[in-house]
Amino acid sequence: MATADTFEVVAPGPLTSVQDRGRFGYGRYGVAPSGALDSFSFRVANLLVGNSENEACLEITLSGLRLKALTEVAIAVTGADLQAHSNDKPLDMWTSHILERGNILSFRGVKSGCRSYLAIGGGISLPKVMGSKSTNLSSKFGGLDGRPLQKGDILSSTSPHLHLNTERKSFPQAWIPPHAKERHLRVILGPQDDQFTEKGKKTFLGSPYQVSPDSDRTGVRLTGTMIERRPEVSESIISEGVISGTIQVPGDGQPIIILVETVTGGYRKIATVITADLPLLGQVKPGDTVTFKQVSLDDAYEALREMEGRIKGFKEGISTLP
Amino acid sequence: MFYQKLLYRTMGDRSVIVELGNQISPEINRRVRQFAIALMEDPTEGLVEIIPTYRSLLIIYDPLKISVATLQHRVEDLHRKIEGIQIPEPKTVEIPVVYGGEYGPDLEWVARYHKTSSEQVIQLHAGTTYQVYMIGFTPGHPYIAELPKALITPRRETPRTNVPRGSVAIAMNQTVIYPVESPGGLHILGRTPLKLFNPIQSPPTLLEMGDRVRFFPIKEGEFKQWPRQIPLK
Repeated sequence: MATADTFEVVAPGPLTSVQDRGRFGYGRYGVAPSGALDSFSFRVANLLVGNSENEACLEITLSGLRLKALTEVAIAVTGADLQAHSNDKPLDMWTSHILERGNILSFRGVKSGCRSYLAIGGGISLPKVMGSKSTNLSSKFGGLDGRPLQKGDILSSTSPHLHLNTERKSFPQAWIPPHAKERHLRVILGPQDDQFTEKGKKTFLGSPYQVSPDSDRTGVRLTGTMIERRPEVSESIISEGVISGTIQVPGDGQPIIILVETVTGGYRKIATVITADLPLLGQVKPGDTVTFKQVSLDDAYEALREMEGRIKGFKEGISTLP
Repeated sequence: MFYQKLLYRTMGDRSVIVELGNQISPEINRRVRQFAIALMEDPTEGLVEIIPTYRSLLIIYDPLKISVATLQHRVEDLHRKIEGIQIPEPKTVEIPVVYGGEYGPDLEWVARYHKTSSEQVIQLHAGTTYQVYMIGFTPGHPYIAELPKALITPRRETPRTNVPRGSVAIAMNQTVIYPVESPGGLHILGRTPLKLFNPIQSPPTLLEMGDRVRFFPIKEGEFKQWPRQIPLK
């Protein structure tokens, strides 16, 4: 299989990194999963250009990325609306396009959401580290030498010409999750909800929380009404494993939603965002408002099956909701 | 020490924490390791990942492949057979440390706190064989216990935002080594030149849960020349 250079990075924007589905099976070595935060948009982007749904994409945060196409190449942009343009023409999202050699693909700034996904027909040719091409930014490995994209980087792909027949393939409009400024995240209580007061749990489920500016891929820090824990329990617990979506409450009572760059923690966790809402969580940005709604495990599984149904339906060429 | 029955704590719709007890003890930690081996070798479909820690295991599963009820049955079955699980013989890893000075900025404070000398703190810290209870926080970051009683120290009141890579630190009854520069609230006694994490090696970490650890002092001048990898025997 021939590898060809597909893009040159003209400007990287504040944070653009290579991410795939993530790195699994190494948690016991302290290695976090990393991976695309909005996995739904990420998977659809790949399918639109004829890649396997786990192929590495670029995760583009908020704005600023400019790429120059080095060959004719199929692409698709999903996730947050960062006003993608090809040369000076706005680019339809959730649709595959063919760029010609020399075209400039730019992301001019966020209209909604936080992270866009760019899939390239033929993927991004990079070695896998511990089974994944995802960039672990804090420990500096995976992706492009463990760092965000820089000006001058060259991306290459496997046989990009084989993907040119995907042009104008698009994902059904009705299946695209909306990106509101106020986000309702569904949660399952636990693992330590028993260690908060009834009042604390009511506060958590009944108050809006603001997303703080020091949020990143490790966690979404929230500010709002303090969540009260039971007076007899200490601030921390014996360190244990954590998973993305779990909501820890440190001593100051301000919740932090864990994302994908950490594997253990020593704070109590009041609730955990359901898997079907993790893609929405990956699109919150500083200044947004978040509220939580308690659901049952059965509700969570129904929502997950519905989401997987959209991906499956698209793969099988169905265009109405499953 | 052990709970009468396993305690299940639901963490969302795709993971559960199974707690065996509520303290840091070698007996509980040993059983966590046995349990982790049993679960990792179990071929049940839908088990995605096991993350063993001090006294609990995080089990991540695929809810589209296995139901919570089936998972719990399987966990109970394996738990009944746990006594028969053989744990591989732990390796002993000797860790060189430059104590004090710019490498160990809290050594003197810790000595004063315990009304003793820096030399005595070094002797106590390096004179003990420890156990790795878990790896977590960052890749290859070991949680090592138990410190001799005379070294038990509360955490720093103000955590540092940047603890240099290789720092060897203590707090409560534990000692840790920071594999990458990171924030940290423990007292830094020294620094090791060894590399604790290498993503292209298998396993990727110098230390694994269950290993034994001993520290030994080296001179400041030896730090830069010391081989970063431990040669394979």
